[in-house]
Amino acid sequence: MTLPGFPEAAPLAGLAGGVLIGLAAAIMLLGAGRIAGVSGIAARAFGLADGSMPRAGAWAFVIGLPLGALLVTGLTEAPRPSFADPVTLVIAGLIVGIGTRLGSGCTSGHGVCGMSRLSQRSLVAVATFMATGFATVAAMNALGIGVSP
Amino acid sequence: MIRETLVPIAAGTIFGGGLTIGGMTDPARVRGFLDLFGAWDPTLAFVMGGAVLVMAAAWMMQRKLLRPFFAEGFSLPDRNDLTPRLIGGSALFGIGWGIAGLCPGPGFAALAIAPASAAIFVAAMLAGMLVVRLMEGQG
Repeated sequence: MTLPGFPEAAPLAGLAGGVLIGLAAAIMLLGAGRIAGVSGIAARAFGLADGSMPRAGAWAFVIGLPLGALLVTGLTEAPRPSFADPVTLVIAGLIVGIGTRLGSGCTSGHGVCGMSRLSQRSLVAVATFMATGFATVAAMNALGIGVSP
Repeated sequence: MIRETLVPIAAGTIFGGGLTIGGMTDPARVRGFLDLFGAWDPTLAFVMGGAVLVMAAAWMMQRKLLRPFFAEGFSLPDRNDLTPRLIGGSALFGIGWGIAGLCPGPGFAALAIAPASAAIFVAAMLAGMLVVRLMEGQG
């Protein structure tokens, strides 16, 4: 299925992926009593944040992420996506790491878990990182900065 | 140990699978979504919409539970204050997200898809987290 006017869009795959992400976050909430916020859990796993989450559990969640991706790519024949060049990845990674710790969350914690709870902090965080995300891509396109390897 | 890890590894695996199916591990698709003023790709709105709908139902169930199914109690954020740190950090995160089309979850998930690229991103992200940790004087 495609969206009229958006030939590149994959709304059904997006929705299916989103439902799975929501289900995973629901399992964390109802099963472990915690927010499935990847930046916070990763920081906890690598000893870069304090918190009450057992580090073994944080590691288990982080290890699950590529495991799930491996299951999906093993079962489907999707074309391999292309990633930015190493220098761009380093710059982006540093900014994401600093920003998510200062901002107490990312797309999963603030986006999926916080917005669905109507958390004021998360709604503001999401509006902010969406706005700067839009602005960054617009600025890079205007300046002709590509990110292909 | 088993009890502490089974729920997170199940959740992490389903999460990683969902990210991959939804297109979040494809930087071109993510940047297409962020290209609001160009060739906008709305797919990620469906990802976020689906996830938020399921989680909204989960929050309704959570309010009726005295404790989680496999833990002693809930450990949930309870802050409600809007701080410069929250807004500045989120603004920075959005910039990094826009540059490479990767956020933390897909960064880890992509270790199974493009290991070298994902490892560079994840290592730099952890270094960024370490910077904040050291600035806070807790390193």
